[in-house]
Amino acid sequence: MTLQEEVHLLRRVPLFSRIDPARLKLLAFTSDRLVFAPGDVLFEQGQAGDAAYLILSGSAEVEIDTPGGRLVVATIHEHEIVGEIAILCDVPRTATVRASGELVALRIAKERFFTLLAEFPEMAVEMMRELARRLEVTTVRLREAHARDGRH
Amino acid sequence: MESSIFRYILRYSTPQQLYLVAVTVASYPFLFMSLELPKVIVNEAIDGKGPPFAMHLMGYETEIQTSQIQFLLMLSFTYLFLVLMNGAFKFHINVFKGQLGERLLRRLRYQLYERMLHFPLPRFRKLGQGEIIPIITAEVEPLGGFIGTAFADPMFFGGQLVIILSFIVLQDPLLGLAAIAFYPLQIYLIPKLQRRVNRLAMQRIQNVRRLSDHLGESVSGIVELRANDTTAFELARFTQRLGRIYAIRFEIYRRKFFIKFLNNFIDKLTPFFFFSIGGFLVIHGDLTLGALIAVLAAYKDLAAPWKEMLVWYQQKEDAKVKYGQVTEQFSPPGMVFATPAGGESAAAARLDGETVVNVTLVDEDGVRRLDGASLTLPAASHAAIVGDAASGKSELAMLLARLQEPTHGKLVVGGHDFAVLPPAVAGRRVGYVGANTHLNNASVIENLIYGLKHLLPAPGDGQDGARRGPRAAALDEAARVGNSPFDYGADWIDYAAAGVDGPEALRRRLVEILKIVDLDGDVYAMGLRGCVDPDIHAETAAKILRARGAMRSRIQDPAVAGLVEPFDKMRYNGNATVGENLLFGAPLDSSFDMERLAEHPYVQSVLDRTGLTADFIEIGRKVAETTIELFADLPPDHEFFQQHSFIAAEDLPAYRQLVQQAARGTPLGHEDRQRLLSLPFMLITERHRLGLVGEAMQERILAARHAFAAGLPASLKGAIAFFDEERYNGAATIQDNILFGKLAHGQAFAEQTIGGLIQDVVAELGLREMVIEVGLHAPVGIGGARLSFAQRQKVALGRALLKRPDILVVNEAVEAFDAQSQRRVLHNVLAESRGRAVIWVTNRLVAGREFDQIVVMKDGKVAEQGSFDKLAGSGGNLSRLLDVA
Repeated sequence: MTLQEEVHLLRRVPLFSRIDPARLKLLAFTSDRLVFAPGDVLFEQGQAGDAAYLILSGSAEVEIDTPGGRLVVATIHEHEIVGEIAILCDVPRTATVRASGELVALRIAKERFFTLLAEFPEMAVEMMRELARRLEVTTVRLREAHARDGRH
Repeated sequence: MESSIFRYILRYSTPQQLYLVAVTVASYPFLFMSLELPKVIVNEAIDGKGPPFAMHLMGYETEIQTSQIQFLLMLSFTYLFLVLMNGAFKFHINVFKGQLGERLLRRLRYQLYERMLHFPLPRFRKLGQGEIIPIITAEVEPLGGFIGTAFADPMFFGGQLVIILSFIVLQDPLLGLAAIAFYPLQIYLIPKLQRRVNRLAMQRIQNVRRLSDHLGESVSGIVELRANDTTAFELARFTQRLGRIYAIRFEIYRRKFFIKFLNNFIDKLTPFFFFSIGGFLVIHGDLTLGALIAVLAAYKDLAAPWKEMLVWYQQKEDAKVKYGQVTEQFSPPGMVFATPAGGESAAAARLDGETVVNVTLVDEDGVRRLDGASLTLPAASHAAIVGDAASGKSELAMLLARLQEPTHGKLVVGGHDFAVLPPAVAGRRVGYVGANTHLNNASVIENLIYGLKHLLPAPGDGQDGARRGPRAAALDEAARVGNSPFDYGADWIDYAAAGVDGPEALRRRLVEILKIVDLDGDVYAMGLRGCVDPDIHAETAAKILRARGAMRSRIQDPAVAGLVEPFDKMRYNGNATVGENLLFGAPLDSSFDMERLAEHPYVQSVLDRTGLTADFIEIGRKVAETTIELFADLPPDHEFFQQHSFIAAEDLPAYRQLVQQAARGTPLGHEDRQRLLSLPFMLITERHRLGLVGEAMQERILAARHAFAAGLPASLKGAIAFFDEERYNGAATIQDNILFGKLAHGQAFAEQTIGGLIQDVVAELGLREMVIEVGLHAPVGIGGARLSFAQRQKVALGRALLKRPDILVVNEAVEAFDAQSQRRVLHNVLAESRGRAVIWVTNRLVAGREFDQIVVMKDGKVAEQGSFDKLAGSGGNLSRLLDVA
């Protein structure tokens, strides 16, 4: 994949849709594009977070450690970003992310991510929207779980 | 040291100085004959009437019966002979003077260095290396020049002066006296003026020393300097120092040239009297004109040697000042000055008995660092000494290693009183590791065996057969000037001290030592990054080639196949740069600089021959365009320039202009084409993904690769080691030789996975020790700067362990290790030192139960002593220390 193709791909990602293509090109050029084999771990729960990953192709599973073992809580698809919480809040990784098939991701280093947010308020808004959506999903699930527990 | 430079010169070179004076005196007759002869030739041979010819020479008169021509030729050839003789004398005297000066200088430098090595350690708190270095290197240099002339010059010029003067006096005593009438004035005045210059010269020396000390401080403190943003301050401080030196020098010049002016004036004053008074006498008929002219001529002859005498006097004063300044610095009070030799019998002493200490140490400010500290340790005990920073524990450790002397009290180890123990014994039988070890700028192995290099080789060792080799001659010369009589190149290693019987066993022992100090992993990694010359280490190279084969079959596994792109002569490697693809080899010397390949004439000729030049320039233009597009808005100091840009920030505007020019279709100049041509060489297709080197272009670069190798001129054959699957590449690291390819870009965990594979292959083939041995030869950098702090300390610990000391003193040396590694190293060291004493001084006591004895120090005294369990539970000092921790 050439840089140009990568930039086209990035433009399809909602988070980056409003960013100047020249900027995206710099982002693509200065970030590592990594290929993960099926089962490879992008990062491990509890580790310090140094980068966020944008899935360019393939999908990954988000697992968390529970007393009852590992639990898959979500699946991340193409064009989604993962691992941003640890770098936004400066907390250890809250979950483990594992490639479910062959996966290609753009690794965006922590500092780079912050400069992008600072330079492009649109991106920050988009980021907020995404986080809010995830919170919503989590809340719904929690409610469902409660309801299920109540039935037992 | 001798109190004055003349004493020094006489002590070490009286016979040579006498010889020099004798030769100088012997040269007089020839010199004067050669001055006289031209007159005889003109007056007697050319203008004379004969035969017989009268010859007046040196006061003798003979008559010679030959024809005039014969007489002329005879005298002319005599003249030629005298010229040759004079030249030969001068040549011999000058060479002898030079040699004498150099020999004495060499002796002086050696003595100064030797004294410095024996300074008491606190001396170094006051005298920085910035001061010591210029003293031994630059300051003593002019002394060498003076030493040769010390007696010969005054003898030569003084003699000349006396002889010329006597001629004048013989002709006319009065005028002779007139010629030297002003000498007393000069002799009185000039030393007075010179004294002030001497004082200034002294100040100048001191200020230059401070300047170099400042320089040294800035070099070693560069981190502090940058971290505190004090560049401007330091520049101001430097300016002030330069200003002082300038002022002193200026003052010296003024005074020096004033002396010169005065001298010249007095010199010319004498002719003034000749002209006025002598002229008056001639006019009155009291003096003949001929006599006046003769005296004037004689006076002119006098001026030259007199001037030389004054120059010599100034040199002498200068040398006197310098010598005084130098020796003063190198004669500190309390110097332990023992000859390094003679240690053999003493070194046999063992320090393996009971240790009894009762000492007081008062530092130069009068503070009692140790105050009657009293301690008894049984033979071969493992003791930890703990306490706070002011407890005196470190000072006690220094005393036990005999690095310092107690102010009062006694240290007795195994029945040997440290006060009378030869220093060599402590240096061999005690192992000391301080808090911050300085490593020599050599390899790891050199630093490890440094502690064994005290076995004095027999003088003349290693040259039994060819006794008159150049090395033997060098040693003879060294002995003549009192330098070390031992051959630096001989084997100094005390194998017995390490408990081994030779180099091979020592190498095995070193690998063990590395494991003990937990450094084997690090040295292994250094070994993988190291290079081996296959011509010298053919066996090693062959083994590594086997590892390459094993690696090749490993990476056939589809799970890892994508992580490496092996080198293949017939294929373009997308994970290597264009330059690497073209060369397909590693440079062996500086002929091919990978960063500046495009400038190499041969590379250019290959590009021209394969028709790539124009295409490369076009690719370069596109690279420049993209770079400008990507990086134009970034501030010039942005980190991306360093990490990702093809073009340095400061060159960007020039390239922008270039690209615009190319876009307009303006033809580019040679330099501009060069600039663009250099860019494609850095491209890595898989990493940069610019799509500029497509498959067709890759094929063409492959063709260029073959052309490059085929046409390589003989003069460049030794400059590059081509990649060859069947051959070891001496210019590449061991790791690269095993891998024989490039890590794939953009593959997650490629480095870790492949690193693990290499480790497996190395272990499987049993090559680990060999790689460690290569790692042992890695350079550690200046002061060990290429190693981490903990690694340096581990090397120091390994060095101390290697010589199997009777007492191992570890003085807060492992505090920087992480707790786990500290525990591991401690355990290993104590296990290794079973049967020998260990004194472990530490701030944080880990694994206290490993020690037989814990000694708690407080305020310069031993507060308590006993086993860990006894003290820790007692509620005393140790338990308080442990609580704080």
